[in-house]
Amino acid sequence: MQDLHRLAEMLREIEEQMVCCMKCGMCQAACPLYAQTGREADVARGKIALLEDLSKEILNDPVGVQRRLDRCLLCGSCQAACPSGVKVMQILIKAKLIINSYLGLPFWQRLIFRGMLSRPKLFDTLSRIAAKFQVPFVKSSNRALGSSCARVQTSFLKDRHFPSLAKTPLHSSRQNLDTPRGSSQLKVAMFTGCLVDKLFPHLGEKVLDLLGREQVGVFAPMDVVCCGIPALAGGDRKAFVRLVKRNLQIFEQGEFDYMITSCATCTSTIREIWPLMADMFTEEENAKINQLAQKTLDVNQFLVDKLGVSSLPSKGGEQKKVTYHDPCHLRKSLGVVRQPRELIAKNPDLELQEMAEPERCCGMGGSFNLKHYDLSRKIGEKKRDNILNTDADIVSTSCPACMVQLIDLLSESGRGIQVKHPVELYVDDTR
Amino acid sequence: MLSKSVINEFKRILGNENVMTEAADRHAYSFDSAVLEPVVPELVLAPGDQQSLGNAVRLCNENGLNLTVRGAGTNLSGGTIPSKEDGVVLLTNSLNQILEINTEDLYARVEPGVITAQFARAVQEKGLFYPPDPGSQTISTLAGNVAENAGGLRGLKYGVTKNYVQGIDFFDVNGELIKSGSRTVKCATGFNLSDLMISSEGTLGVFSEITLKLIPPPQTRQSMLAIFDSIDRASQTVSAIIANKILPCTLEFLDNFTIRAVEEFRQAGLPTHAEALLLIEVDGHEAVVKEEGEKIRQICQEHGASDLQIAEDEAQRDLIWQARRDALPALARLKPTTVLEDATVPRSKIPDMAGAIQDIGKKYDLTIGTFGHAGDGNLHPTILTDKRDKEEYARVEKAIDEIFEVALSLGGTLSGEHGIGLAKSRFMEQELGQGTLEYSKKIKKALDPGNILNPGKIIGE
Repeated sequence: MQDLHRLAEMLREIEEQMVCCMKCGMCQAACPLYAQTGREADVARGKIALLEDLSKEILNDPVGVQRRLDRCLLCGSCQAACPSGVKVMQILIKAKLIINSYLGLPFWQRLIFRGMLSRPKLFDTLSRIAAKFQVPFVKSSNRALGSSCARVQTSFLKDRHFPSLAKTPLHSSRQNLDTPRGSSQLKVAMFTGCLVDKLFPHLGEKVLDLLGREQVGVFAPMDVVCCGIPALAGGDRKAFVRLVKRNLQIFEQGEFDYMITSCATCTSTIREIWPLMADMFTEEENAKINQLAQKTLDVNQFLVDKLGVSSLPSKGGEQKKVTYHDPCHLRKSLGVVRQPRELIAKNPDLELQEMAEPERCCGMGGSFNLKHYDLSRKIGEKKRDNILNTDADIVSTSCPACMVQLIDLLSESGRGIQVKHPVELYVDDTR
Repeated sequence: MLSKSVINEFKRILGNENVMTEAADRHAYSFDSAVLEPVVPELVLAPGDQQSLGNAVRLCNENGLNLTVRGAGTNLSGGTIPSKEDGVVLLTNSLNQILEINTEDLYARVEPGVITAQFARAVQEKGLFYPPDPGSQTISTLAGNVAENAGGLRGLKYGVTKNYVQGIDFFDVNGELIKSGSRTVKCATGFNLSDLMISSEGTLGVFSEITLKLIPPPQTRQSMLAIFDSIDRASQTVSAIIANKILPCTLEFLDNFTIRAVEEFRQAGLPTHAEALLLIEVDGHEAVVKEEGEKIRQICQEHGASDLQIAEDEAQRDLIWQARRDALPALARLKPTTVLEDATVPRSKIPDMAGAIQDIGKKYDLTIGTFGHAGDGNLHPTILTDKRDKEEYARVEKAIDEIFEVALSLGGTLSGEHGIGLAKSRFMEQELGQGTLEYSKKIKKALDPGNILNPGKIIGE
């Protein structure tokens, strides 16, 4: 039924990258999943070995390899730690695309990536319906976190604690925005991101308010679609291409100096991953992709390095303690470490208290959490303990996906620790 | 033979989830860090407790299955590549408990799968010191370190893994638990079976528990970097330091090619014209460190160091050692395949060895960067190549053979710290003689009559 030789030929595309792996195993020390399972197929060098064996036609189980490739957080920890500089993310993402295009995508994934993510209207309608109807099915479980859990156990919801879908997503509460440069002389485009739009719209509101107050011109199209990383992680090339092209069209309409996102994963996807997928686009599209990628910044990076926001006056009273969790996609992929901390430090009513191993992955990994919830939670337990070992009242992180995971991890701790984006901490007290 | 009923028996004693039969799992255990052809095992076992570890060994023996024990799989001589026939890989990394750190009697007891650096950190937190620090310490397991007699950067003063083994409990091929050594410093009871197990590379028994010696940590340390315009001068300096009765804890060497690669990689301001760098650290009591540091400074100057940098604080110390840490990554990035060798010579022969490596590189037209532990004569000539280039790789293999020949002719040894495994077994007779090889084979045959414990490694088939 399968022509393995054809698959082997297709895998040639990543041979040059794979051959650089000297199988030293240093990725074992960095991989959050390996720390949990100790299995070689869960870590980068093991996955690369499997792909090499497929490409040499000495392993004829593409389905088995596909299943093992799925067990990956795509956090990039291994790539950041690799002594030989192997481009692991590129290898794994491309391998998924190749194997999936060879095997065909499972029906339910096609439904999500092509049916929903790449059709923003449908995605929005479904989310709106879900937001309305979630009330009878979920109950509020932790007020500090605003999390909920299922009233009735289902195999999918298990005992998850999750932020409720917002009643009004950002794109419904806000109009398309295109304001001129103010006294800052700067203009940015805002890439909202699905999680900010649907789960944390107040974060998007705060970013927009802050930019307005700081006299920054804003181009904020409310019809922006997903950055495409869930489609890539699921190995759906078609959906990814469709999403990127749509976003290119949308942002072509505006004129701006930088594009900012409040989501670590959106930032690293646009900056790092879009340009890597050059073979999927035309020369003209690639030129636009590279231009947009170069302009893309994490919101903290923009506020601290480009805009240079000032420190806030103290409101007096007791200082609150904040600890900061480094999202993998900011720290390991883009090296953004200093800026979110500096933004937090600009609020004198907050004291930053570092947790042990702030760079340790929280275990979310986007769709990894959906597919491997128990493993994801297990990986997160160490993160949770590191947070609980501080005296922090608030844990801050610059990635809405990490925020979802931290809310789930902390929901049952009883400590009432809040989860906030650094922008929320800067803006909350300016009001 | 591996029948369905045997697999079911393994599943019964280990639990279903700890027996891997699917191809996509087995292929992930077909290799280690050596540049050798992978061999896919028939079965991979991951026992979760001592009893199932022993039972797994017994069951392999009863069914004539060839058993290769694997910790983190970082072996550089192919010691963890499974057998071509009926190969079973036995993972020890689930057995990863530190059982005891005894601060009164200065020892620790560990399970085989404890990770070296994690153990060293736990020991440090108790105010003690476990010195062996192999390059793979952040991932390597302690049982792997013992089975290979792993070294590291501190070998010159503190010795290697074998100097810290007080006892090993292991399973023989019948799954019988054999105890050896003691929690005491002194022990003259019976055959010294622990020492027989060290460097045995999984061919004589399967470790279940290791007792390790701990020592008080040094109070202070001082690091320096000395620059030389000839390898000869650098190695004369090494000899002079030791002749002056100073044992630095670390005395590392980088050749010109490695210096240039590191500088290109990090841009930390290393002198790219230098023929050799020595990175030196002394540690111990403050007064001793100060005195020895000063003496080494003098010796370096007397022996023609063109420049000397002494670390004034931790940040500067870190900068000096960053250059050493960068050596392998910087070299590894230059070409797809990195062959890391570890033939070792008496330290006085370092100039001869370093010169011979350069000649061999020229003769076979290969790129070789050399760095390593000058203080103990253990250099790491690192050949940069592309294994897909068959013609070049044939030259690499010839060059490796010649490096071994030279090391032996200089009174050295095939392996300082990586082990013999598959990669060097054919040279064993040349170094040790037929008598020694036969004697070793007799021991192996007596302890493992079915030849199921990592067959083919060290002494060949």
